[in-house]
Amino acid sequence: MNLTLLILLPLLTAVVILLMRSGVQVKWSALIGASAQFILALILFFAFRKERALGNEAQMLFELQYKWFPSWHISFHLGVDGISVAMILLTAFVVIAGVLVSWNVEKMTKEFYLLLILLSLGAYGFFISLDLFILFFFLEIAVIPKYLLIGIWGSGKKEYAANKLALMLMGGSALVLVGLLGLYFGGSENTFDLLLLSKIQIPVIVQKICFPLLFVGFGVFTALFPFHTWVPDGHSSAPTAGSMFLAGISMKLGGYGCLRVATYLMPEGAKEYANLIIVLSAIAILYGAFATMMQKDLKYINAYSSVSHCGFVLLGVGMLTKTAIAGAVMQMVSHGLMTALFFAVIGMIYERTHTREVNEMGGLIKVMPFITTVLFIVGLCSLGLPGLSGFVAEMTVFMGSWQNPDPFHRVATIAACMSIVVTAVYILRAIGQTAMGPMNERYLSLQDARWNEKLAAIILIVGIIAIGIAPFWLNDLVTPAADIIMQKIAGK
Amino acid sequence: MLNDFLLLMKAELALAFILFLVLILKVGKEITNERLLALIQLLLLGNFIFGFFFIESGSLFGGMFTTNGLIAFQKSIISLGIYLISLLFSDWLKKSELLPEFFILLLSAVLGMFFLISSGNLLMFYLSVELATIPVAAMANFDLDKKISSEASMKMILSSALSSGVLLFGISLIYGATGTISFDQIPALLDGNGLQILAFVFLFTAFAFKLSIVPFHLWTADVYEGSPIAVTSFLSVISKGAITFILLTTLYKVFAPMHDLWYNMVMLLSVITMVVGNLFALRQQNIKRFLAFSSIAQVGFILLGISSHSMEGTSSVVYFVLIYVFSNLAAFGVAGAISQAAGKERIEDYKGLYQTNPLISWVLALSLFSLAGIPPTAGFFGKLFLITAGASKGNYFFITVAALNMIISLYYYLRIVSAVFMDTNHQPIPKINLDHSTKLGMIICGAGIILIGLLSWVYDYITALSF
Repeated sequence: MNLTLLILLPLLTAVVILLMRSGVQVKWSALIGASAQFILALILFFAFRKERALGNEAQMLFELQYKWFPSWHISFHLGVDGISVAMILLTAFVVIAGVLVSWNVEKMTKEFYLLLILLSLGAYGFFISLDLFILFFFLEIAVIPKYLLIGIWGSGKKEYAANKLALMLMGGSALVLVGLLGLYFGGSENTFDLLLLSKIQIPVIVQKICFPLLFVGFGVFTALFPFHTWVPDGHSSAPTAGSMFLAGISMKLGGYGCLRVATYLMPEGAKEYANLIIVLSAIAILYGAFATMMQKDLKYINAYSSVSHCGFVLLGVGMLTKTAIAGAVMQMVSHGLMTALFFAVIGMIYERTHTREVNEMGGLIKVMPFITTVLFIVGLCSLGLPGLSGFVAEMTVFMGSWQNPDPFHRVATIAACMSIVVTAVYILRAIGQTAMGPMNERYLSLQDARWNEKLAAIILIVGIIAIGIAPFWLNDLVTPAADIIMQKIAGK
Repeated sequence: MLNDFLLLMKAELALAFILFLVLILKVGKEITNERLLALIQLLLLGNFIFGFFFIESGSLFGGMFTTNGLIAFQKSIISLGIYLISLLFSDWLKKSELLPEFFILLLSAVLGMFFLISSGNLLMFYLSVELATIPVAAMANFDLDKKISSEASMKMILSSALSSGVLLFGISLIYGATGTISFDQIPALLDGNGLQILAFVFLFTAFAFKLSIVPFHLWTADVYEGSPIAVTSFLSVISKGAITFILLTTLYKVFAPMHDLWYNMVMLLSVITMVVGNLFALRQQNIKRFLAFSSIAQVGFILLGISSHSMEGTSSVVYFVLIYVFSNLAAFGVAGAISQAAGKERIEDYKGLYQTNPLISWVLALSLFSLAGIPPTAGFFGKLFLITAGASKGNYFFITVAALNMIISLYYYLRIVSAVFMDTNHQPIPKINLDHSTKLGMIICGAGIILIGLLSWVYDYITALSF
């Protein structure tokens, strides 16, 4: 299949949205566009499996290469491996759910959906690019839609949050840019091509300088401690779909970049700094979990728990074993689905109760059975209940981490494991206070979920359960790609 | 001979033809401002298109005047810029009592710039710098009833006079050190002795004045604020573009043997200019002053590209100037339209603009994103290539500082975006009825901002010319 479709389809959707006149037309064209993306992502997934089943062992499938700025040795080079396919699936799930959830956005509907679709365009482009220049291009394309989504449709300290997010992500991009230039000029060949760069020798000194730049740069996107501070503010101020996209897709750009660009291209650098990464991500995991305990606002709870959960992604990368890296990718997919669903549910509750304070809620299960059931599912997934995606992903990361026999890695793994207890505490407390207990009188008249909200929730739940009870399809997708990365790290 | 003369100087001749036509129309029978402006716009469009035909390379007058494909393209960029200015500020121009005079002055200055870009000799260089500067000083005073406008004009004349003096001193030192003023002969005679370095420093100082490189930037903000917006945009886009082009020739051709000496200087000035321009832009309240300081920061990026001393440097700088013409003129065009319709030039007055004027707001946002270097706008590609060219020398400390400067600049560009899109205002700027040419100008700018980056053949074309 032709990968440019993944870029052209959102672009076409955006143009159609621009031409539409009424809000209803805009919504439906956005939904049709998002559904087409969803179908396209599924087609890609099955086409990819078919190619692999036929014995196509190439590292990247469906490769395409067009000329673009040839004088800088840049080309529009696209291709996917298992990791990219997993991320594209995740993006498609979150996009369609996000479009459905925002069905009753009344303020500047056209602009809202336009920005959502542009955000998805950036994500797809990022995950399929094999040229670091266009990868960077798509990484930055997504910054402005996020900024405007939070700033215009957000709530609370929205302008502060929007500014903080845009500037911190731009700072991350600036570091990435310098790192990329180091790769471009540092190797034996001036090129931005990912596959070419993976084959040529990059001097160890260049790796030692550029690896931290790239890792921290991408790490800002995925809440690397101590650059996670935009996460709580950004997520809690964003509109529902904005939070879903931010946590579900945008944070994954960083994790993917850390893995694909920083670690894969510069194994010597990765080995040099692996212990530091492990320490930082263990801090993020524990700190995020304990910080969540103190939160009263549902969105802040999920935002801080995202810091904790994304810590597992970087922990997996830092462990440098095949299983841990596969686990990191699975954690990205799992957390993306789970956190998008969590934010969607919080949005639904907030729209009805007009509060996100846990203390002010109670007994909601009586009036909103569907929504609270979803809340239970997502909460249990977050605390790692077997049968749901969170367990599979975190378990894989832990197993991969344990493969390192020395005490340092063992201690870090155990420390990270302990966060699960804390997670259980805050999740159960939050859900319990929201759903159970005595009900507030004024919530008696509230309505349960509408069709669009139900559909969005079901789509995401299907993803979560599919990974939870049948993890092998995701594992089979991701592990061969993780193996290639590991082989490069092991120097084979 | 005559044939050569006609062909090689065709850009200058075409411009002089328009200039005299406007002059004749001025002294001839009465003609309304609307019709005269429409005619001038048409002529300038014709001039721009004409720039792409009959491109020859060669030199005239014993090497005083040279031209080639790249120089012709640089002149086309300037022609495009003045065409856009005539479109974007048509509202203001129509109401001006001195419309013909404005264009006579503007076209003389542009004629000076054309000769400046083509100059192959320090004498020619000096003369054309003067021709390119003095009419602009008169233009800066075009809001005749505003005191601040005369002040701007005065400041500009004084600082230009100073820089001319410095320039002349530098030229005389070069003549003393090498015995020639021809661009072709100087490089062979340079050996980097003290006198030559001194001469170079003086010469570069003159450039620094014109380009408002820190620490020679102090005149910029006052002049930009005082001048009418059309003149400010001309100063900050067209003048700077022309000076950048000749700086490229001077550094890459004439002073190429002293590259090791000027590399550090240019790199350092580039970073200082960026940082100072950015820091001052942070706190500006007036949109013109704001754009003045942001354009200082942009010059810092241009210097970064220039410092690479390579073909990539040439092409990325020319490419960036092309993008800069679109992005900055769009921003000035919006500021001009608002100032003309509502008389407001403060950033806080822009609050809630999107509610009343969506088209203008999007054009403004696009131009600011392009200036900040955010994809998919062309500014992203322009800035990235400048930084990449600069990085080819491996000076990563400065490259990192430059990259971090993009964050500061994003902060202040976003300040305007957030005022326009996010803030509410009880008395927003009322709906502005743009006339057709202003609208056309904004659409051209918007299209340019999006397309020039994505269509990579524009850059390839410039690269092909640079080699």
